[in-house]
Order: sequence, then C-alpha cells, then structure tokens
Amino acid sequence: MKKPVLVCLIVFVALAVLHQDVWNWDKTSLVFGFMPKGLLYHMCYSITAAAFWAFVSVYAWPHRLEAWAEDSEEEGSTR
Amino acid sequence: MNFLQTSLPIGASEVVSRTPLYVIVGYMVALFALGWISSRLFRGSSKDFFVASRSIGPFMLLMSVFGTTMTAFALVGSTGKSFSLGIGTYGLMASSSGLIHAACFFVVGLRMWSFGKKYGYVTQIQFFRDRFESKGLGYLMFPILVGLIVPYLLVGLIGAGNYISGVTAGMFPDTFSLPDKILPNGKEIPHPLNGSVPPWLTGLVISSIVLFYVFSGGVRSAAWANTFQTIVFMVMGLVGFLVIAKGLGGLAEASQKALEHAPEKTAREGLMTPAHFMSYMLVPLSVGMFPHLFQHWLTAKSAKSFKLTVIAHPLCIMIVWIPCILIGIWAAGLHAAGDLRVPPLPNGNPNPNAVLSAMVKTFMDSPLLVGLFSAGVLAAIMSSLDSQFVCVGSMFTNDFVVPLTGKDRFSDRQKVWLGRGFIVLIVTITYVISLFRPTSVFSLGVWCFSGFAALFPIALASVYWKRVTKAGVFASVIATAGTWALFIHDALGRKAGEQWFGATKHGEYLIAGVMPVTFICLASVVALVGVSLVTKPPSRETVEKFFP
Repeated sequence: MKKPVLVCLIVFVALAVLHQDVWNWDKTSLVFGFMPKGLLYHMCYSITAAAFWAFVSVYAWPHRLEAWAEDSEEEGSTR
Repeated sequence: MNFLQTSLPIGASEVVSRTPLYVIVGYMVALFALGWISSRLFRGSSKDFFVASRSIGPFMLLMSVFGTTMTAFALVGSTGKSFSLGIGTYGLMASSSGLIHAACFFVVGLRMWSFGKKYGYVTQIQFFRDRFESKGLGYLMFPILVGLIVPYLLVGLIGAGNYISGVTAGMFPDTFSLPDKILPNGKEIPHPLNGSVPPWLTGLVISSIVLFYVFSGGVRSAAWANTFQTIVFMVMGLVGFLVIAKGLGGLAEASQKALEHAPEKTAREGLMTPAHFMSYMLVPLSVGMFPHLFQHWLTAKSAKSFKLTVIAHPLCIMIVWIPCILIGIWAAGLHAAGDLRVPPLPNGNPNPNAVLSAMVKTFMDSPLLVGLFSAGVLAAIMSSLDSQFVCVGSMFTNDFVVPLTGKDRFSDRQKVWLGRGFIVLIVTITYVISLFRPTSVFSLGVWCFSGFAALFPIALASVYWKRVTKAGVFASVIATAGTWALFIHDALGRKAGEQWFGATKHGEYLIAGVMPVTFICLASVVALVGVSLVTKPPSRETVEKFFP
C-alpha cells in the first residue's frame, strides 16, 4: 500500500473514532450563547471531514484508474 | 417577546393568507418550464435518457448527488427527530454521513464510474451481472432494490403531504373541512389541520410534476432540476432559519428557551446511548448501494467531476442539517413551555413530521417567506423523487425487460417508453400506500437506508475482493432481505412489549441496545464471506476485466 493511502486510511479510522464523542454526552451548555456544545463539536467534525476529503483528493487520487477508464471508448457489457 | 402572541390558540378561526400557496404554485410552474427547457436538450436515445450521455460536470454532479441524498428525511424528518431526540440527531446521521458518504463516493463510486464508462453500464445491476457472471443475480436484485426504493419514495410523499397540510391549515375551511379531534383525555378540539390542503392532493401534484420533467428528458432533466432545486432549498433553508430565529427573538433567546424547558434536548444523556449512537454509523453506508445514486455517478463526464462532490458533500450536509436540528430543539423547548402547538398523532403525542410546518406557520410572519421556504422544502423532496423515478424506470428496462427479451427485441424509443410505463406503475403503488400508512418520515427513512446499507458489502467486495463469488452474493442478498423483513415486521407489525427481538424506546427500535442495521449488516457480511470462501472463485477472465 502506498504511503499517502496508508496515511489516509489511518486518519479515516481516527475520524471514525472521534465521531463517538462520549465526553460531550451530558454537556448542555451553550457556546456563543446559542449553540449546544455537542452540536458545535459535530459541526466542526463536518468541516474536518471536508478538509480530510480535500487532502485525500490531492494525495490519494486514483490517477491510474482514471487513465484506464478514459483510455478508450466503451467496450460494452457482456450480459 | 411574548411567544404566545404569535401562536394560534387552539381552534382559532381567522382568515389565513393563501399567499404561501400561490408562491408554491409559482415554483411548480417554474419547474414545468425547466422540464420543458431541458427536454429540448434530450437527444432521444436511451443512453441520454438513462445516463445523460455521461456529460455532467463537477458542479451539476455535486448538486444532483447532494440533492438526491437530501429528501424529506433531511428537512422534515431531521427537525422532527431533533424535536424528540435532541441534538444527537445531527451526529446520528449528518456528521457521520459527511465522512461515510464521501468515502462511498471515493472508494466505490469512482470505481463503479470507471467500469460504467469502460463497459457501457447504465444501471447497477448490469455491473453486478457482469462482475458476478450471473444473469439470475439481476432477477433477484431487481425486485429487492425496487422494493427498497418504495419506502424511500414514501418518505418523500409522506413528508411533503404532512408539511403542506401543516403550512396551509385554515386556508380552505369550506373545501377541506375536517371533523373535530377527540384527544385521549376525552377533550374535543377543532382539528388543527382543518382547511388544509390534504396530503393526497399534495402527493398527486408533486408526483405529476416530477413525472412530467423526468419524462421530458430523463436523468438529464433530473440533473438540471436537482441543481436548481438544491440551490433553492439550501438558500431558502438558511433564510427560513434566520427568519424563524428572528421571530423567536434571536438565536440566543431561542436556544435559551430550549435550555430552560427541554434541557435534555441540548445533550444526549437519557435520549440515546453510545452504543446506539455508534451503530447509526452503519446507516450512511446505504449511499454506496442506492441505485439512483449509482446512476448519477455514471452521468459524470470524467473522474475529476467527483472531486468537488467528495469534498463539498460534508459541508452541504452541514449547511442543511444544522438549522433543522436547532429548529427542532427550539420547537421542543417551546412545546414544553406551552408556546407551540404541534398537530397531534392519533395517540395524542405531537406528530414529529408536523414540527417544521408548525414552526414555520407560527414564527414566520411574512406569507411570502412562508411560501418561498415551503417551495424550498418541496424542492428538497422532489430533487430526490426525480432520480428515484428515473432509476426504477431504467432498472425495469435494462435489468428486467432487456435480459428477458434480448437486446434487439425493442427499439431505443420503445425502451424509453417501457421505462416510463414502469415508473408510473411504481409511483401509483407508492402513492396509494402513502394514503394509508402515515408514519414517521425519519424512521421509515432509516429502515430503507438500513436495507441498502446491508447490501453495501456486496458493492465494496465487487471492486476490491477478487475472491468474492456469485453464490456468496446470492447468499448475502437473501440474508439481507430475510433479516430486514423479519426486523421490520417485529418493529412495525408487532405491539410494544410483544416484539421478538428488540424494544422501542424514544421512537427507536433497538436490538440489544443497537440499531437493527448492525445485525442485518452482520448477516450480510457473514453470508458473503462465508459462502464465497467455500464456492468456486470467478473466472480468470472476469477477474482480469474488473481488476485491471
């Protein structure tokens, strides 16, 4: 496995773990006066997920697959 | 601000402005026009009808993929779920989807697109037929996938019907009068939805409009309409959120009210457990198996078109869901304080599907804005329905009729018409069911997604595991269908306390404290891997074809 792909895989697993924010479970406080703390955490999580996928798209893009698919015209299905 | 001043007292009779309805009608006319314009670009071939001749660029791909995944579930359902389950609703479906959906697009979608482009696939089942060297697999998967799409279509029709009846209450007291309602405590009250546009009419109108533009130009029309509708519901959602917040005295005052009267909704303690929360993470895997999303992937002009979708999808989800979740908890606080009336279910509990319309009707003063926001809600719903309509038509033609009768039995034009005929049949069936089975939009959506999620291991294995076999896939599909049917019967068909496997708490059916999707996925994976390992591997020719 290539190094960037491995790094992406590790970060993906880390993000999946970070989604389970048990430490926010009983937090009812409001941040900025209106945003529940647990909701703000998951909002930031969404932004982090977008940043992660931007990183993946730059460093782990499947160029070989792309080139293969765009290499020739449609060959047609067999069934 | 006194909230009671803006709420209608129970049974109040007053002249209700019809402006919102006129705005909605105007929006429908605009969609008709868009359908007509995009039909001018329709090239008449089945390839153009089903995959838009693989010509869709990055922005339209993002809008159509995102618009397709956001339905009544995202707006009506999430607000209602947040009303009953609090802020945890966002983590259950939205933030996890930001990670998982994009993973499905990147890990599976890109590969499926490349095979579609290389070998000319139009549907998901065509790919599976070739990949697993089995015509019979298509005949097994076709009814199961269509059967799973029906509840998804129902989510849209029920959500639209509930929303519009809530927002039009009192507009037509003579035409659509409803008898008084008797509460479980014996008290008689005027029906809160008296004089509203009935769900059967809303369902009929939106189905007809979507059918019109889908028939005009197939998936190309759907992509155009999705782009337009996704922009509408994102913009109107944000505007509506800010207006509702203003009507409540500002963001801080609205949230403070929730904290005072329904503090449990601003956290997760007591409403869900970490195991329940974690098991929800399997549900978004469904996008990797949605046949209508597969079809949108195939419309991409190039692999690069996927980049924007993969990156921006988590942000788009956030933009739509955060306001809905906040509106839901605000509604919970107001309801607990007695400042918001939500139309009740027959059992007397507030109808979660009616929470959003109750908030809009109560706290949005301008009828014009109510109309625009409502158009946005319908836009979200219709932007999913259109893709699902096209998809069932293309599956019927390409996965059932053509394999059964041969490629040359019907002309290209006849194939398009066959697809259209089947779409009408399925829409009619769904429409009739929607009239008799009103249920929670969120729960219905989760059941539908759970079935698709459990089929996802097949999609993943098909592009990454050379050893997966036809028999393994058959076993996995049967295991998924069997466990899904068993659990849904237990959850919805049996009374609380008499259920075989799980129990319903806070409106969630859980087995051993986790979502049923956990066990359905487990059955699917065990069957797929176990049977594949003991049966004959696929031919070398097939492996070389799909693992270049």
